[in-house]
Amino acid sequence: MNKVSKSPWLLHYDASSCNGCDIEVLDCLTPKYDIERFGIINTGDPFQADILLITGGINSQTERVVRQLYSQMPEPKVVVAVGICACTGGVFKECYNIKGGIDTVIPVDVYVPGCAARPESIIDGVVRALKVLDAKQAALKDSGR
Amino acid sequence: MDYKSEIKKVSTAEFFPAVIMMKGENWRLVQICATTVENGYEMSYSFCKDYEMVTLRLDIAEDQEIASITQVYPCAYLQENEAAELFGVRIRNISPDYKDNLYRIDKETPFK
Amino acid sequence: MAKRSIVPFGPQHPVLPEPVHLDLVLEDETVVGAIPSIGYIHRGLEKLVEKRDFKQYVYIAERICGICSCGHGLGYCLAVEKVMDIEVPDRARYLRTIWLEMSRIHSHLLWLGLLADAMGFESLFMESWRLREKILDMFDETAGGRIIHSVNCVGGVQKDMDSSMLQDVLRAVSDLEGEMKPVVDTFLQDYTVQSRLKGTGILTKEDAVAMGAVGPMMRASGIEYDARLLGYGAYNELTVEPITSTEGDCYGRCEVRLKELFQSFDLIREAVGKIPQGPVSVPVKGNPSGEYFVRIEQPRGEAIYYIKGNGTKYLDRFRLRTPTTSNIPPMVEMLKGCQLADVPLLILTIDPCVSCTER
Repeated sequence: MNKVSKSPWLLHYDASSCNGCDIEVLDCLTPKYDIERFGIINTGDPFQADILLITGGINSQTERVVRQLYSQMPEPKVVVAVGICACTGGVFKECYNIKGGIDTVIPVDVYVPGCAARPESIIDGVVRALKVLDAKQAALKDSGR
Repeated sequence: MDYKSEIKKVSTAEFFPAVIMMKGENWRLVQICATTVENGYEMSYSFCKDYEMVTLRLDIAEDQEIASITQVYPCAYLQENEAAELFGVRIRNISPDYKDNLYRIDKETPFK
Repeated sequence: MAKRSIVPFGPQHPVLPEPVHLDLVLEDETVVGAIPSIGYIHRGLEKLVEKRDFKQYVYIAERICGICSCGHGLGYCLAVEKVMDIEVPDRARYLRTIWLEMSRIHSHLLWLGLLADAMGFESLFMESWRLREKILDMFDETAGGRIIHSVNCVGGVQKDMDSSMLQDVLRAVSDLEGEMKPVVDTFLQDYTVQSRLKGTGILTKEDAVAMGAVGPMMRASGIEYDARLLGYGAYNELTVEPITSTEGDCYGRCEVRLKELFQSFDLIREAVGKIPQGPVSVPVKGNPSGEYFVRIEQPRGEAIYYIKGNGTKYLDRFRLRTPTTSNIPPMVEMLKGCQLADVPLLILTIDPCVSCTER
């Protein structure tokens, strides 16, 4: 019985998104979609988070913030890139201040495309991430940690 | 309802007195825009009063220095810093001057 | 002698969904100054206009910000249409107005929810966002997207609403109006809410003009100005009355936005009643040449769009001055003298939209 995937905590960071995906992430918490029914709680603290939800592409200022947030999270951890900008850079790919998707900086486990990603697909992405989280925890156990 | 929206060309000498006059007549500063043109820049300063809008257009050469209007309109600092950082317009005495650290982007600015 | 210290605020902050950074100068618990630093979401979209032709750029303009998306698309199209001398069909003008008012409702409800969240009033946050879903469902039905709708194009709108859709919109608006009553009462009459909002973050009428405040922030300080009265879209044929408050505090800004919600309900009803039949777009020939400034009233305040065309399909310059760019200097002014614990709430009452500001 795996405990972490029964109540994972989620950290949301806006790397350089247009707000569209961010308000959809927040929307997932509100009564209509209610992501809390999966035991998921939104937290502002990277030290207590299991899932990192990132929206938007990476630019020169958010690069170090994203790296830092990722390094502060405890193992096992998963990263979900929400929206097409977070996956590849999207429409902003050719902008001078965009480096590309989140995977140019940190490893991404689940990609959720869409502009803006709909709450249904964000929830689907998070639920997929839970499986990755389970697998990562099992791997940690096997390695004796 | 068509309200006035005109662009007035001003020379460098006329510019500062014109801004002070705008302030005296209670116009709000609404926008500052820099555009790169051949051998220089076009600076547009827009002001609104009620529903009317007037834009002061100042043509400057590439290496010409202009005075900041933050002494008259303190709220101009963000947009003046932006023009200085991204376009390379030389603006003197912006208060506060971010000294090309407003957006802090990796690519070399100003863009030519 | 009070002790001076500097507290960094942000960028990743639990109260604000977007990254913004402020260095707060404190004397004990009182804020005496603040230096904003931005750039966390800067993408460089104004520059992208050189790589996309003027019709494609509508899609980029809509993605400057996901909350004000509809208005950005409209403002850009209005500027191009003005330069190219295109007359938009009447039905398209009305449809644009209806969508713009719907996005005002969604934006204001979103803000009200965030305000409640900033005060720690979680059930009010949930309720505001639950009501907001009704409008998002209508966007989904009429435009096919919840957040980014892509309805505007140069020369009109891309989609038409048939009469059953218009009836659905009317029904959603009436439902919403009925269910808003307890929310409005809580925001305006609840003792706890009042104790957080009343008398905090006062911006005087003089400061609002001097620092260039726009939108609900300016109207809450008693200045009667609403860019919708410029008569773009179908606003010249509808009844628009600027809504003001005299206090200039957080409560005033909340009151203005709540009343604007009801104004938007009425405007949608009026527009649906008056909408003429006909085509929704005209073909566009040629390329823009010339320059123009357009002002429109976004949910957050007056936004200014400037385009300069050179006769080719690539524009020379696109400039957008967003409401938050103008509202940051008055916010800094407003923060002086407040308590550290009130800072998140005060920042929120200007309805900051960082993606818009940094583009």
